[in-house]
Amino acid sequence: MAPVATPFFFYLLSGIMLIGGILVITRKNPVHSALALIISLLAQAGLYLMLYAPFVAGVQIILYAGGIMVLFLFVIMLVSIDRSMRERQFNSQWIVGLIAALALGGLFIAVYLKGNGLLPERALPALEADNTQRVATMLYGQYMFAFEIASLLLLVAIIGAVVMAKKKI
Amino acid sequence: MLHITTLHYLVVGAGLFLLGVIGVLTRRNVVIVLMSIELILNAVNLNLVAFSRYWQGMPVRMGGGATALHGQIFSIFVITDAAAEAAVGLGILIAFFRNKETVNIDEVHLLKW
Repeated sequence: MAPVATPFFFYLLSGIMLIGGILVITRKNPVHSALALIISLLAQAGLYLMLYAPFVAGVQIILYAGGIMVLFLFVIMLVSIDRSMRERQFNSQWIVGLIAALALGGLFIAVYLKGNGLLPERALPALEADNTQRVATMLYGQYMFAFEIASLLLLVAIIGAVVMAKKKI
Repeated sequence: MLHITTLHYLVVGAGLFLLGVIGVLTRRNVVIVLMSIELILNAVNLNLVAFSRYWQGMPVRMGGGATALHGQIFSIFVITDAAAEAAVGLGILIAFFRNKETVNIDEVHLLKW
């Protein structure tokens, strides 16, 4: 199945993603920031689908937008935001932070301009039917050790989060 | 500009990374700083998946081919790591809020000299 209107969808999804990112860092209400981040994550899942990675897109929607952001919203509800919304939102070093970020942006532009010839475009296979099978074969085959380490990391994170949030240890 | 190459995805990822860095460096609310860190991790994920797609076009003897999905596997591990880090970070935030009743990152200065 040939791809249709690729530039339109790319610019639309990346525009939604970047506007969502701008809304995350500029909103006063943390709930608004969380909702903007959810929109940005869903647009990024659309970009993953354009890159022929449907399994990663599904993981992004289920885990990131459906798990991590819900956790953020729970914690925002637990922490009282009324007082923080009346205070000053940007700290006193915002000029230095902006200059540092723009310097980093200049570095990115220099790297991408210089290295543009290193990525010659070749014909890409348009496969998407067995992406999940291939990911599973690699994940449980070549990357089995990293998989087990990731599960150990999640166990440590669960224990750590429960201990940190308890009233009496 | 109309033919979408790998560089387009890299530039979008770099833009998202810069937004996350600005959010970490300039905001005072701890929850929004944590969300900006999630933006940074997402930008890295976009780069990884874009390069994984690029490597599917390379010849097999160089490590490419249709089964070269290393970037996608890496991005799955990055998402897992982001979940663990968000859980622990928010637990620390809850513990800190219970003691000091504020989510202002300027108030975390008990270890200053």
